[in-house]
Amino acid sequence: MSRLLSFYKTSIGKKVVMAVTGIALLGFVMGHLLGNLQVYLGPEKLNAYAQLLHDNAGLLWVARIGLLVALILHVHAAVRLTQQRRRCRPVSYQKPGHVQADYASRTMMWSGPLILAFVLYHLAHLTFGTVHHDFEAKDVYHNVVAGFQVPWVAGLYILAMVGLGFHLYHGIWSFFQTLGLNHPRWNALRRYLSIALALGIVVGNVSIPLAVLTGLVS
Amino acid sequence: MKIKLNVWRQPSSEASGRFEPHTVENVSQHMSFLEMLDVLNEQLVLEGKDPVAFDHDCREGICGSCGFTINGIAHGPEAGTTVCQLHMRKFKDGDELWLEPWRAAAFPVLRDLIVDRTGFDSIVEAGGYISVRTGSAPDANSIPISKESSDSAFDAAACIGCGACVAACPNASAMLFTSAKASHLGLLPQGQPERWRRTQSMVEVMEEIGFGHCTNHRECEAVCPKEISVDFIARLNRDYIQASLGRGSK
Repeated sequence: MSRLLSFYKTSIGKKVVMAVTGIALLGFVMGHLLGNLQVYLGPEKLNAYAQLLHDNAGLLWVARIGLLVALILHVHAAVRLTQQRRRCRPVSYQKPGHVQADYASRTMMWSGPLILAFVLYHLAHLTFGTVHHDFEAKDVYHNVVAGFQVPWVAGLYILAMVGLGFHLYHGIWSFFQTLGLNHPRWNALRRYLSIALALGIVVGNVSIPLAVLTGLVS
Repeated sequence: MKIKLNVWRQPSSEASGRFEPHTVENVSQHMSFLEMLDVLNEQLVLEGKDPVAFDHDCREGICGSCGFTINGIAHGPEAGTTVCQLHMRKFKDGDELWLEPWRAAAFPVLRDLIVDRTGFDSIVEAGGYISVRTGSAPDANSIPISKESSDSAFDAAACIGCGACVAACPNASAMLFTSAKASHLGLLPQGQPERWRRTQSMVEVMEEIGFGHCTNHRECEAVCPKEISVDFIARLNRDYIQASLGRGSK
């Protein structure tokens, strides 16, 4: 335990925690997307899936607590590393420049908090229903369709998913780099995988509010 | 060519600095960037002013002494080049350039464009060596080393310790430097006995001195005059995880 704690005190340790918790959260996002896509199978299928999750309350809470722990560690490491950055570069360049750092990598500390804010809104909107104008506790399908029929709500979800896409594009590639999972034969694949997963998650999730807005799902 | 310069002037570590505008006329496109600064300094000396202080030694791109940022890019716009090997033909007549020293807490500015890079020496002192009496040079090929390992070790050993990686990193991280120094020994048979201890010590000293963490922007690789790959950073991460949590940990 003390070995783990002193490992976490180093920046490589924090990055490893960031990578591992990030992958746990990515696993949830992918599972969540697969659940979401059942909206295309109609109200009975989606509501039955929601009921199935609630019938296994024990497992559901294990998953929820695991995700919460992963999220807290992910955010804690991010905050501490940002503080470290300010200590290590106290005077910034008057004329800053960059060569190959992409938009996604330069905005991780913006996309991260925005995703967190979205998660809180999303919980209040579709889990607790406190900010939903027409919430029915047992009717997930109705809540999704009625929620996304409000254009600004659908727009907010779409924007948040694009932000998540950027975060994942850099995060997934970084996962391999931080854990030292590299090999000349596979290095290019790491970039393709991060693009494929980020794009898949964005397209899959964005398709739902779009389908509601265009009347494909009603 | 006529070049407009805004040069960072700072009399000492404690003093605050500012940009000072200068114009250098009749710049030949065959001059190196440092030769252009030599012309500026001759001009300043004739005018009775302080010349601009900048580090330099071999002017062949292999010693690692020179370096500053040009318009925010370490060693300027040409990839794989130090400022002494950067030629004025890469610029256009009338260009306006901003010259700044490396900016990092671990690299305090000594004067103008010169920073103190003692931090790099401390990282190497922490483990960038092999503790054996070497005696006379061994026979060539007496220790078999695979082509892949020797090539890769050589790529890492190309590091000249100029500090551009730290300068370019948004977190002022020395991971590319440290990983290159740890890898060129860690890839060879002679480096194996001390591999895990070396990795741990070098990373610990790197952090103590006040270098930052790696967030995988890959800016270091882009400005490195020796084009050292961030693959070595992945290797250092892997070795550090193993050294701290697995075999060889203290």
